[in-house]
Amino acid sequence: MTDDMTAIFRDELRDLLDSLERGLLDLTSNPDDPSLINQVFRDLHTVKGSGAMFGFADLAAFIHKFETFFEHVRSGRLKITPEIIRLSLAARDQIPGLVDGIPDPDGQRAAILAAVTALMPGATPAAATDAATDAPAGADTETDPPAAEGPSRLVFRFVGDALGLGAQPEIILDELRALGATGIVADLDDVPTLDSLQVDQCLFTWSMDLPATVAESDIEEVFVFAEVDWTLTRSTATEADQATQGHDFDLTDPETADTGTPQGHVAAPQAAAPAPLPPAAPLAAVPDHPAATQMPQAATIRVPAERLDALMDSVGELVIVEARLTELARLSRDPALMSTAEQITRLAAGLRDATMTMRMVPMRSLVARFRRLVMDLSANLGKPVTFSVLGEDTELDKTVIEKLADPLVHILRNALDHGMETVAQRAEAGKSPVGVIELSAEHSGAEVLIRVRDDGRGMNADRIRAKAVAQGLIGADTVLSQQQLLSLVFEPGFSTAEAITELSGRGVGMDVVRRTIESLRGQIEIESALGKGTTVTLRLPLTLAIIEGLLIEVAGEKYTLPMASVHEIVALPPEKATAKRGGDFLDIRGSFVPFLRLRHLFDCKGDPPGEQNVVIVQSGEARVGIVVDRIVGTNQTVIKQMSKLHSSVRAVSGATILGDGSVALILDVGHLIGNGRVAPTESGKSDSLKEVAA
Amino acid sequence: MTKTVLTVDDSPSVRRMIAMTLEEAGYRVIEAVDGNDGLAKATSNAVDAIITDQNMPGLDGLGFIRALRQTPSGKGVPIVVLSTDSQDDLKTQAREAGALGWMVKPFTQDKLLAVIRKVLG
Repeated sequence: MTDDMTAIFRDELRDLLDSLERGLLDLTSNPDDPSLINQVFRDLHTVKGSGAMFGFADLAAFIHKFETFFEHVRSGRLKITPEIIRLSLAARDQIPGLVDGIPDPDGQRAAILAAVTALMPGATPAAATDAATDAPAGADTETDPPAAEGPSRLVFRFVGDALGLGAQPEIILDELRALGATGIVADLDDVPTLDSLQVDQCLFTWSMDLPATVAESDIEEVFVFAEVDWTLTRSTATEADQATQGHDFDLTDPETADTGTPQGHVAAPQAAAPAPLPPAAPLAAVPDHPAATQMPQAATIRVPAERLDALMDSVGELVIVEARLTELARLSRDPALMSTAEQITRLAAGLRDATMTMRMVPMRSLVARFRRLVMDLSANLGKPVTFSVLGEDTELDKTVIEKLADPLVHILRNALDHGMETVAQRAEAGKSPVGVIELSAEHSGAEVLIRVRDDGRGMNADRIRAKAVAQGLIGADTVLSQQQLLSLVFEPGFSTAEAITELSGRGVGMDVVRRTIESLRGQIEIESALGKGTTVTLRLPLTLAIIEGLLIEVAGEKYTLPMASVHEIVALPPEKATAKRGGDFLDIRGSFVPFLRLRHLFDCKGDPPGEQNVVIVQSGEARVGIVVDRIVGTNQTVIKQMSKLHSSVRAVSGATILGDGSVALILDVGHLIGNGRVAPTESGKSDSLKEVAA
Repeated sequence: MTKTVLTVDDSPSVRRMIAMTLEEAGYRVIEAVDGNDGLAKATSNAVDAIITDQNMPGLDGLGFIRALRQTPSGKGVPIVVLSTDSQDDLKTQAREAGALGWMVKPFTQDKLLAVIRKVLG
């Protein structure tokens, strides 16, 4: 038991003592209130139970005796009197001393106990039935003497809805196997056909042989939580008989018959059928290596996060060196070197994948605190909501998860505080009084989508517009789509909250949320329908460390696009080779896809090559073409973050080192798509140029 | 796959002790403060086993188990009842309510692990 835990107990004890005192004082004016009596009893109970667990045996013993007395009050055999209250308060006052180990030279504690004992209706303190019995309770502590006879045959079956209660036969079989059970066979005769199968019941009858040393109490211990009918038949066979017969009857393949899986048991009876056991002479039961019969535990190791980070760094370096090696091997044209390099490539990819999986943690670890947050907020604001979480098992890189907590808290707070109407407003709008907030997480390609949806009032685009104009964020005549208008809430300094509440509307704003998400190479989107609700979607990369990249070349410079967002590559039709105003759209199988010319975007000098390619990238629903000079190929892209100086560059999300040692910038697909959709022609170009140049 | 245990107890120190013990042993632990909270968490999370106190404000342990067993997600989850009561009929009551096992407080960390392994493997 750590000091840490003891400290938690002491904190809790303080609360319990307060509650106990309050309860006793309230009882003075309402001596017959059963809920008060119950509360006092529960507090005593908790002090006793927790105290004993944290090693305060004196405390537990004292409270136990006092509680025994108080049980008479609870059951109504004793009426609360001022005397009882006085004694109870005196007992309560003894608790801090008992915890701190302060001795009781005047015998006050004994006096209190004696006084309450005297009040009990003709009973002695039931100290004999001390609560501190061993767990699992009911397990016999006495052990039968080991049976003198030979091995015994155990037959058991579950009764009642064992499976519905969560009984796991395989665990029980494991325990029996640990006791030395062999030749475990399942009898399926009672298993009904599928149409009448009761899923909560377990209708197998298992039989097995147990070593003579296994006592009945050992078996009771195994079945302590299982409702089973069991019989143990001792055999009288001699040692020699057992040895030979054991060998003869060892027909059941232990690998099949002995597994804990249902398939194993289904298979077992068939294997055993040709050799029915003479009841008087079962097979020898003691396995050669008892330890070997135990099922291996599903082993996990806890590793400090820094070690994983260090491993990831090394793997990153390895991938870079591997790329260089492949490049050198290609140049050398040495077949032996090339095949070795290829093997290294394969191994490095495997190592990379394995390392990345290790860093993945499920959303669940994050979600627990949100439940509490929503519950508390909902109570504080007087807006009842149901909070549901979907996809808690969705896994994300640990770094991403850690950084997601604050943004999500902010979004959830907004949803409850601003998004959700009051009960009265909801009634007026004809909605159910209880609001809905849903947090969901799902994988989508190389991204994870995290959504927070509410069914609140939605966002008022007109009001956002008015506010943005008033704050000078946009001009009065700027034409913006609904989506773009809503995105204004992510601008620094933007707030439409009419009243600043305790919870949101001050402190960090949505701009900080967006910055955090973008620092994770993610994007944030917002959708809202007035009166119906708002959905905030976070798109996050699965990993921050290494991605599969598509290497492209523009005007002699190499760039990388995340492969997961590359949808297809098409040739740029000759008639589109030169830019025409409003003409930068491609007809991709019937749908128009805008495209960007990287040469324009990056203000490259010189003429494009005769044949250019268009890489169609996709993020979410949006698709945009990117015109490049040349496709170089795929590569393992170890992402190196840009320095702080370059943090304002939006079109580039990082850099990577190529096999020849040169650097390629990683293009931010989400940003390119934003550009392509907003302004596929001249205006978009100048905007991005400014950013790239910054 | 890490197994998740829900601990329902109104005592923070007991919850903490259970959580620390089980987390150290490689389980994931969700905490709930009383029967109602437990019911909410048990139905909204994939839980592999539940350890619940009996004496709690609001919904008590047995009430929680009864309510949970009525829900689709409450079927087949092993539930262990904790109690400081040395009542002989606890076992019967717990079983009738739909608990699989029970454990008497106070318990040691080893005992807790033994019980959890017994129901969860």
